[in-house]
Amino acid sequence: MAALTREETQALIQEVLEVYPEKAKKDRAKHLMINDKTLESSKKCITSNRKSLPGVMTMRGCAYAGSKGVVWGPIKDMISISHGPIGCGQYARAGRRNYYVGTTGVDTFCEMNFTSDFQERDIVFGGDKKLAKLIEEIEMLFPLNKGISVQSECPIGLIGDDIEAVAKKMAAQIGKPVVPVRCEGFRGVSQSLGHHIANDSVRDWILPNRDGKHYEKTPYDVAILGDYNIGGDAWASRILLEEMGLRVVAQWSGDGTLAEMENTPNVKLNLLHCYRSMNYIARHMEEKYGIPWLEYNFFGPTKIAESLRKIAEHFDDRIKEGAERVIEKYTPVMNAVIAKYKPRLQGKKVMLYVGGLRPRHVVGAYEDLGMEVIGTGYEFAHNDDYDRTIKEMGDATLIYDDATGYELEEFVKAMKPDLIGSGIKEKYVFHKMGVPFRQMHSWDYSGPYHGYDGFAIFARDMDMTLNNPCWKMLKAPWQKQEAEALKKAA
Amino acid sequence: MGKLRQCAIYGKGGIGKSTTTQNLVAALAEAGKKVMIVGCDPKADSTRLILHSKAQTTVMHLAAEAGSVEDLELEDVMAIGFGGVKCVESGGPEPGVGCAGRGVITAINFLEEEGAYDEDLDFVFYDVLGDVVCGGFAMPIRENKAQEIYIVVSGEMMAMYAANNIAKGIVKYANSGGVRLAGLICNSRKVDREDELITALAERLGTQMIHFVPRDNVVQHAEIRRMTVIEYDPNCKQADEYRALARKIIDNKKLVIPTPLEMDELEALLMEYGVIDQEDESIIGKTKAQETALAAA
Repeated sequence: MAALTREETQALIQEVLEVYPEKAKKDRAKHLMINDKTLESSKKCITSNRKSLPGVMTMRGCAYAGSKGVVWGPIKDMISISHGPIGCGQYARAGRRNYYVGTTGVDTFCEMNFTSDFQERDIVFGGDKKLAKLIEEIEMLFPLNKGISVQSECPIGLIGDDIEAVAKKMAAQIGKPVVPVRCEGFRGVSQSLGHHIANDSVRDWILPNRDGKHYEKTPYDVAILGDYNIGGDAWASRILLEEMGLRVVAQWSGDGTLAEMENTPNVKLNLLHCYRSMNYIARHMEEKYGIPWLEYNFFGPTKIAESLRKIAEHFDDRIKEGAERVIEKYTPVMNAVIAKYKPRLQGKKVMLYVGGLRPRHVVGAYEDLGMEVIGTGYEFAHNDDYDRTIKEMGDATLIYDDATGYELEEFVKAMKPDLIGSGIKEKYVFHKMGVPFRQMHSWDYSGPYHGYDGFAIFARDMDMTLNNPCWKMLKAPWQKQEAEALKKAA
Repeated sequence: MGKLRQCAIYGKGGIGKSTTTQNLVAALAEAGKKVMIVGCDPKADSTRLILHSKAQTTVMHLAAEAGSVEDLELEDVMAIGFGGVKCVESGGPEPGVGCAGRGVITAINFLEEEGAYDEDLDFVFYDVLGDVVCGGFAMPIRENKAQEIYIVVSGEMMAMYAANNIAKGIVKYANSGGVRLAGLICNSRKVDREDELITALAERLGTQMIHFVPRDNVVQHAEIRRMTVIEYDPNCKQADEYRALARKIIDNKKLVIPTPLEMDELEALLMEYGVIDQEDESIIGKTKAQETALAAA
């Protein structure tokens, strides 16, 4: 059961759109849809990946955020230079909780900020010489780095610096990959183009590095693509794959290394978790190396079991048996988790507004706990994401693309969810409205949420947020008295 | 001392802006005016005739050496040349790197903040790069900077196209600030009926040809010596031409918002004076093969 009927949802959309000026109304109407599970394609129902309207408080990021923040940043033994003025690198530093094993500043570098700290003179005279010097200094101070990526901030594209030439020269000089990435923030409409640019630069500057070199293969080699190990997600996923008998040779890119990425063209199968941010490289490896790729979902026991079996289909009986063995082993554990939390969460309604894969991938995990997702949406999805979302969401549920601050507030007021899952920018708005809220980008500093281990934490977190006694204390005593007096009078 | 007049000199690249500006400024200085030249071109050749130097050390070059522009003092960047003319060059990167426009903005902001413009100056002249390729090179004509624009032009077609385009740029800034077109300076290339043509163009633009500077080899002779004509040979006829230009600029009251020509109008004007030929519409887009076939038919 959706929170509202199809007609009610339609009326709500109309009402919310009403406040916009004519042009904005026309534009925003295209980004809102009511789900219909029978649809094959989202094309006729929702428009996505378009420029946001000015003034609407979009939650989107930029191409630099997509490249440096998402794809390149978590590679632990490479150094990502934020090339340009200081802010982009410093305010994005260590913000995504991409966990990794290593000694930061010695052999791993994710939490550090490397920047060329552009000044007026670098704009006027160009920053190429400074970049070369910076790479030299990095090599001297952090000799255990395995390679360097140059993440362009806006001015690099504006003044036309030739970072490719610097990268080639310095790569030859230090004998390591130096990758120029043209992810200037003004490019594209959201962080999504940054993912694509980052994938393309991996394709051109990393992937072919070990072509033709000997590699000790097994028939069970797989790579995890699009898992950024937020709160340890990739670790909780990896153990399941290993337990069923597969060999995980690479993690892209959470807790991943340059060598892992360079070795990925040798795998049997690419496993793609975040489709949005890494489908490009998966498709490329399919085309160039003939490696099939498979989307999977490791949120909640139902989807995990489905995914494990789907992955096993690509291998022999040993792996198929392995998948069954893993599912069998964890089913009682999961049943215990569900037995504990489902009674406390059953029937509760959730609204989501997140980024790359979670608006559809976590739906199953909520359903495992007896909860229902009544509205969902993406900051920077494309229509292929919505094609997949239609299948996961219930009929007549609300789907919103690049939702505005105003729309989210109004939808929440009307649909009255018991829990909202979104990001830090939304969190305190809804806290002030008295609605339980979980951050679904960073897991609210908790996690992992992937895998069987992650589900136990996920269930606990949802319970402790939703059933937290604090929500009952939000009304001031005199407001309570007034409410009671009114009740009595009525 | 009267009110400070800020003037910018624009014009097609290679038309003789820097030479004309420096000779004009030398004449103004000779007439007792206090003048400053601000070169707004990364080539930094706007002050060499006044300073007898190859190229003045520029604001941006010094800023790059010192670390940032805030580390500079006015004395570091300003040089005094012939007739007490103050000289500053904004400078900028070598061709093909960085952002020259930002260099002009940075340098002019620095001069303003350091108070280069007050004291007892009568004139500031901005000598700007030929093509106004980005916002940086429009900096001198934004609000509170140059109010008077002089365009150096000749009777050649491209020079007049450029003048018309610059006039369009002035219209944009004239509507938001106080900038006005003050006249065309014809730097003669000895084209037929050149002064009539430029006078006509000036009229169409709503302005005046403030002076016709004839071509004279003495300008080149002086340049080889890194000098203005005024200084090199003060008694020659050409020196008097620059003095006349200086006098006219001192007395100039005709500041207008220009009325740039449409492309068709400009071409009609050029045809009228025989600078370009009547266009033959029938041959446009025809290859040689097609023409041969047509002729055969």
